Amino acid sequence: MKIIEDANAEALKRMLSADPVLVDVVPASQAIPALKERMVLHAGPPIGWDRMCGPMRGAVTGIAVFEGWASDLETAEKMAADGAFEFHPNHHFDAVGPMTGMTTMSQPVMVVENRAFGNRAFCAINEGLGKVMRFGGNDDEVLDRLRWLRDVLGPALGAALRSGDGIALKNLIARGLTMGDEMHQRNVACSGLALRALAPALAATSTDTAELSRILAFIGGNDQFFLNIAMVMGKAMMDPVRNIEGSSIVTAMCRNGTDFGIRVSGTGDRWFVAPVEMPEGLYFPGFTEADANPDMGDSTIVETIGLGGFAMGAAPAVAGFVGAGAASDAANFTHAMGEIAYGENPEWTIPALDYLGVPTGIDIRLVVETRLAPTINTGIAHKKPGVGQVGAGVVRAPMACFEQALEAFAESVGVS
Amino acid sequence: MKKEKQDSDIKALLEEPLIVVNIGLEGFADELKQQGVAVVHVDWAPPAGGDVKLANLLSKLGV
Repeated sequence: MKIIEDANAEALKRMLSADPVLVDVVPASQAIPALKERMVLHAGPPIGWDRMCGPMRGAVTGIAVFEGWASDLETAEKMAADGAFEFHPNHHFDAVGPMTGMTTMSQPVMVVENRAFGNRAFCAINEGLGKVMRFGGNDDEVLDRLRWLRDVLGPALGAALRSGDGIALKNLIARGLTMGDEMHQRNVACSGLALRALAPALAATSTDTAELSRILAFIGGNDQFFLNIAMVMGKAMMDPVRNIEGSSIVTAMCRNGTDFGIRVSGTGDRWFVAPVEMPEGLYFPGFTEADANPDMGDSTIVETIGLGGFAMGAAPAVAGFVGAGAASDAANFTHAMGEIAYGENPEWTIPALDYLGVPTGIDIRLVVETRLAPTINTGIAHKKPGVGQVGAGVVRAPMACFEQALEAFAESVGVS
Repeated sequence: MKKEKQDSDIKALLEEPLIVVNIGLEGFADELKQQGVAVVHVDWAPPAGGDVKLANLLSKLGV
């Protein structure tokens, strides 16, 4: 149908012409004025306390103590069960968050501006590896780190970014792809490139060398520091693609540990939801599949823009890390995702695949036709709150989301 | 006369080494490979996994 082809061409054009720039770090309440006391933004499609998984509940109770809404975790849990907190998806407020994806008033959020369209998106700062809130961690160690992010790292990053013109992300991603990153489970190169870009301004704006040293060590010691930047970039790129009448391109994919949800451009902001699947992957020593929580987080925005599992061919090292097979299998994932993508990104190319552009623009028609569900590279959280990450793997988006979306999309263009 | 020609063509075909194109289920191609038959496998499945309602929608939506 011509209306669909025209609409999808427009969607792809908007994705490819995006100009995402990391411009600031500010308190979430400043970035998102609608954020109020006792309001919690979470990863994935809408969900209430009663259906939240263990790690999500752990993160909610932890963030309630962090914000001073509850004196301790037990009280926070009771308050949550009594309906004291208001829950909303990050996606409803121009935001994203990894794994549990907590966003609340006083957390610092990174701001990416899409200069081609003028919109902004927000995401909290990556906390590092190990026991962290995004995997449901909520003890003193986790909360103390969040306080340091709020009081020291966030303001320092904000000052550094405001002292210049920000960090242009499109070219940085292009370089990262040539250095073996896929920006979901491997961000070693992009984290290094980001630190290289940030360090001079951090040094120039810092007044405390001891804190500066700690900041540089924190970023330099976290291979996944860039993940949250890739995510907020993805959100800033995809928001202008929403609500194009007749477009069958996916604008968001996310999960809350219970449900997986997708949005499609032509059907507006409606969620198409199905039970989330369990990742298949490798576990850290001492853990097995029996410990794992089903898939979680807004990080699938990375696959929505053609990175992560879609760019696996750029990152053979990741194929082994997530248990997806041999390094030589990595290319197969990218080629398979090309079957369900409307186009390619000529600026984000993979040298090992003869500079093939990453598959870009997931077309729900192609997903349903081929039965090839998007491949997602993901971290695996322990199912109990507070334990943290137990492995990494690959998970497929549930086909039921795309089938529901296709029926609604057909109706939107007058097809039955 | 026409039928005789067809029979003769089929006979000639079977007397030559076979090169098989297998579409769909890969198991058939694997079986032939094990028997030393040259086979090219085409990875194909019915649209929407054979779901008639979805396949009809897809055909109207331009896939």
